[in-house]
Parts: sequence; structure tokens; C-alpha cells
Amino acid sequence: MPDDYRRTLIRQISQHAHSEVVGQLPEGNWITRAPTLRRKAILLAKVQDEAGHGLYLYSAAETLGASREEMLDQLLSGKAKYASIFNYATLSWADVGAIGWLVDGAAIVNQISLCRTSYGPYARAMVRICKEESFHQRQGYEIMMTLARGSKEQRAMAQDALNRWWWPTLMMFGPHDAESYHSQQSMHWKIKRQSNDELRQKFVNQTVPQADFLGLAIPDPELEWNEERGHYHFGEIDWEEFSRVIAGKGPMSRDRLEARRRAHEEGGWVREAALAYAEKQGTRAAA
Amino acid sequence: MGKTNQHLPLWEVFIRSKRGLDHKHVGSLHAADAEQAMQYARDTYTRRSEGCSIWIVRSADIHASQAEDSASFFDPADDKVYRHPTFYDIPEDLKI
Repeated sequence: MPDDYRRTLIRQISQHAHSEVVGQLPEGNWITRAPTLRRKAILLAKVQDEAGHGLYLYSAAETLGASREEMLDQLLSGKAKYASIFNYATLSWADVGAIGWLVDGAAIVNQISLCRTSYGPYARAMVRICKEESFHQRQGYEIMMTLARGSKEQRAMAQDALNRWWWPTLMMFGPHDAESYHSQQSMHWKIKRQSNDELRQKFVNQTVPQADFLGLAIPDPELEWNEERGHYHFGEIDWEEFSRVIAGKGPMSRDRLEARRRAHEEGGWVREAALAYAEKQGTRAAA
Repeated sequence: MGKTNQHLPLWEVFIRSKRGLDHKHVGSLHAADAEQAMQYARDTYTRRSEGCSIWIVRSADIHASQAEDSASFFDPADDKVYRHPTFYDIPEDLKI
């Protein structure tokens, strides 16, 4: 296996894993405040899935010789990147709906494409993740539907969540193809199968009718069906905001990393005790 | 730096689905011992009733054939085409 191919995959898969792990935090914020027991159980299951997805992906990266400790260190030291969407705050319950609908919806578009990626263990992890992700998107859309059909205040909450999450979601697909540094090489190696702009367009096309059905307005005055292209035309992303958040200056960047560090440190005694116990059992068995 | 930085060993997970067939490798995980690995395997790989049996084995205990040797290692099978049913010429209208 060529070194560059291996390095590129380790970078991409570990970033993807970090994104799943950090992605637990914005929604985890609402577990204790979910409006009903049903919603709470669903949200717990979804956040647990995100942890599981992180583990599938770390496991795939480890088959390339990257160690779990190394990857964790890179995340906790702030050296590694993760999806910048998770550096935005979840201000209301409607955000949990918007994340499932939009953020997981965008993730599915990206991940369906990656089911055909050239590295087997990564592709297999994607297949498993895509199967589970569909529940995430549907539960989110169901939350949005409930709010959109609710009181005036609930509709306003849903619209506000859509307003705040729409553009950061479009940013999830990365820079324009012409600006994307890694894209060309990754397409050549078939790690990446469809370009950023192609995937973003696909997401917009499938999401606009879903917003229409909710009776919510997508916050883009330029958004318009283009008959000739057979696609929706949409406005330009604020690339300055994109760069700022990528550079770790997102509204919640610092909190997210601190929460991860705290979780890792506070779990230290558990790992230590489990190892000590295993060692003791091993000694007894040998005696 | 205390024991906190000791590494939990790596385990490989195999799952047999309800539909029968063999245990199939599904991935790996880190755990202190077999009991913990078993619980983690359940939580990580069977959240939707994907299996009715789990095997776990320490990755360090797996011996793998070497990719670079595979040409010579698997060579003995290459010249024994008579092991395949298509090797035999049987009239097509016969059901054999």
C-alpha cells in the first residue's frame, strides 16, 4: 500500500471518527431536557449510535496501523480536525430536530457515497453506519414535523433552528471543488467518489421539498429551481465563517474539546481499575 | 504519568447472525479483559439484534498469513483445476 494513500486514509477516517465522537455533545446537551420520555429514549439511542459509529471508524483506522491512543491524543490536543458543524451551539429543542434532519441528512449523502470508497474496512464501516443513520434523520424530521404543526411559538422555534443550521450544514460538504486541496488526489485514489459540490447539490435538491412540506422557509433568497440545469440554484456560502470555524474559532470549539478532555480524564480511573482487575484475575488463573 | 496511560488491549469481534451461517468478523475494540470486551462488543456491534452469538479474541493471538507470501503460499491450489465442477465435460442436456 502506498504511504500517501495510507496517510490520507488515516487522516480522513480518524477525522470522521472524531466527528462522530464530538457529535455526541451538541445533542447530549438535550438528553436531560427532552420534552417526553419517548423523545428522551430516542435521543439516548441516537447519541449511543454516534459513539458506536466513532468506534467502527477508529477500528477501521487501526487496521492501517494508527493506534487508538495516537488518534485520541491528536483529538484532545486540538491537533486533529473534526466536522466543524459540531462547534455550533444547540440553543433549543428544535435544534435536536434540525440536527437529525439536516446534519444527519447531509452526513448520509456523504456517507452513501463513501460506501464505495476504495479501502474495504472504511467502506464496510460506512455501510453499517448508513443503515443506522436513516433512523437519525427520520427522528429529526419527525421532531420538526411536530413543531411545524404545533403552536405559533413551536413553529417559530422550528424556523429559527432551520435558519441557524442551514448554512453550517451546507458547509459540511467542504470547499468548492476548485478550492479543495485534497479532493483531486482522493478522487484519483477513489477514496472520494463524488465531489464536494456534487454532493452539496444533491443534498439541497432532496432537502428543499422536505422544507416545503414542513411549511418552513430555507434562509436563502437566491434559492430557486433551475429548469435548465435540473437542480436548485442556491446562494454562496459565507466562506469566511467556514474558515473561521475550521480554524477552531467556532462558537463552541473550546467547550467541545474541554468536554472531551474532561470525559477522558474522568474515565481514567475506570480504565485503570479495569486493567488492575484483569491483571489480578490473570494472576489468579495462572496460579 | 500513572497507570491511566496504560493501553487497553485490542480485541477482534466475530458475530453470528440469527439467520445462521458462520461467525463473521465485524470489527475490533479495546477492553481490559474478556468480560469487558464481551459487553463492549454487545453494545458496539449488536444494538439492533444483529447477532445471537459473539466470539471475541485478543488481536495479539491471531496469526495471519502474510500478504507478500500469498502467491507462493496459495500456489498449491492453482494447478488443481479438477477440484472445480466446471472442469468436467458432461453433455449439457443431462441434469448433473
